[in-house]
Amino acid sequence: MTHLSGFREEQIDYAGLITRAKRGDLLFGLIGLVVMMIAILTLMTLIVDLALDGIPRLSWDFLTNFPSRRAAQAGILSPLVGTTLVMLVTAILAIPLGVMAGLYLEEYAPKNLLTNIIEINVTNLAGVPSIIYGLLALGLFVQTFGMGETILVAGMVLALLILPVVIVATREAIRAVPGEMREAAFALGADKWQTMAFYVLPVATPGILTGAIVGLARAIGETAPIITIGALTFIAFLPPSPIQAEPPFLNFQWLNSPFTVMPIQMFNWVSRPQEAFHINAAATGIVLMGMTLLMNGLAVWLRYRIRRQVK
Amino acid sequence: MNQNLPESRTSLETEEGENLSKPFNLRAEVRRLNFWYGNFHALKEIELPIADRHVTALIGPSGCGKSTLLRCFNRMHDLYPGNRYGGEIRLFPDDSNLVELDPMLVRMRVGMVFQKPNPFPKSIFENVASGLRIRGLRKRSLLQERVEWALEQAALWDEVKDRLEASAFELSGGQQQRLCIARALAPGPELLLLDEPTSALDPIATSKVEDLICKLGKAITVVIVTHNMHQAARISDFTAFMHLGHLVEFGDTGTLFTAPKSERTSAYITGRFG
Repeated sequence: MTHLSGFREEQIDYAGLITRAKRGDLLFGLIGLVVMMIAILTLMTLIVDLALDGIPRLSWDFLTNFPSRRAAQAGILSPLVGTTLVMLVTAILAIPLGVMAGLYLEEYAPKNLLTNIIEINVTNLAGVPSIIYGLLALGLFVQTFGMGETILVAGMVLALLILPVVIVATREAIRAVPGEMREAAFALGADKWQTMAFYVLPVATPGILTGAIVGLARAIGETAPIITIGALTFIAFLPPSPIQAEPPFLNFQWLNSPFTVMPIQMFNWVSRPQEAFHINAAATGIVLMGMTLLMNGLAVWLRYRIRRQVK
Repeated sequence: MNQNLPESRTSLETEEGENLSKPFNLRAEVRRLNFWYGNFHALKEIELPIADRHVTALIGPSGCGKSTLLRCFNRMHDLYPGNRYGGEIRLFPDDSNLVELDPMLVRMRVGMVFQKPNPFPKSIFENVASGLRIRGLRKRSLLQERVEWALEQAALWDEVKDRLEASAFELSGGQQQRLCIARALAPGPELLLLDEPTSALDPIATSKVEDLICKLGKAITVVIVTHNMHQAARISDFTAFMHLGHLVEFGDTGTLFTAPKSERTSAYITGRFG
């Protein structure tokens, strides 16, 4: 640094400094690219491998047949319906509860020790292994309340599992709403609920939706808690239809029906020795990923619609 | 609207005495107002009359408490914990004390426009209708009539009448600020607070908003905070100079700027500090 003594400009090697800075930028860019490629390529390999195995097996029959002992005739109708119905229950329970809890914690709860304890624990709950939720549901819902191994219980346990994710996402989304929006609403004479319902929540909805989808995407692949509560691994019947021809047109018998879900069907198939069943499992994996993609697509579309309305 | 308003007292208890050429009707009066942010004593024994259907400007260097004082008028401080008021802000003709009323009721009667334009992410129409909807107004024809009136008052109607359903974010910054003024005007506030409403705007938009404030000041009571002394001189009828939480001097804008009584006021308006 002796050449800087006296701060004579011509003594500083600007060209050299800039060359070194540019070299550093380039180096970091390259490292970043390599790291990203490792992650993306691993994922791509997994997906391509699954697709090569599974896609030839996909057909309308595969989606509409019940599982079977003969691999060539086996289909995924019952796990497909089971997963759909369980996710429906999960979404209906977890999203309203999570949004309301997040809204309360962020905007209404008094800032005291109890609130702090609750806040810390909500964040911690997101890290609890899913099997623990399964054990809780087995002990509480299945045995103590005697609710049985049903779609409703599966939906409830998955809702509990993703509740922390929805709560945290809701809080983040609400916190991201500019304070000016709140002040503007309050300055017009709005009460807290009006401010939240008409001015804060609509702005926060895209963020909340993203959180809800992340949660549901986690739930759709969960196997451990569902096995714990005692889902069946082989089912050759469907739950009662939710819609019926006679009034009241809606039927809630399906909530109490036994069920299976796609991850369990996959688990069942890959644990068999025959190659043909492994291919069935790969095809099921493709359908599962397709469903996740569909949910993401739904969220993107909803966000787009809301943004257009809001704009 | 202005039935039975009291007249200003002849002797105002500001630090340096009064500077008024003529008495006026009082829309509001601040009496011995104190305000604390936690332990910080931000406003000290403020005495200030607010003239009915005139523009009153609050000026002073950064941190003098002018915005703090303005936000007492609609109880914005109540949104945040740890804030405390002492004293009175009387609103006439009913002589109610704004720092004791329910804050929601206060905000129903006193409108406010903020430093940065803050329209809601809704249509132009819905923005102006917001205050009316909050007050339970549902009838479409009534809303339409009132929204048109407010937009006309805010000199924005001609620019937006063909696109009321467009997003408020499609408007320019100056138009957004006039939209916020229309939104505040629509419910018919008894007092309109403006918190440095032009500080985020370019000079042309600023001059439009200033013209608008001059015009509004003849119809309703306006209190404006500004860090721009020239703006205060251009658009206000009365000016209050604040410094370090004290109200130093209050008077006719003309008198205060040409013959300030206080040495501190004179130092500030001639640019020697602040």
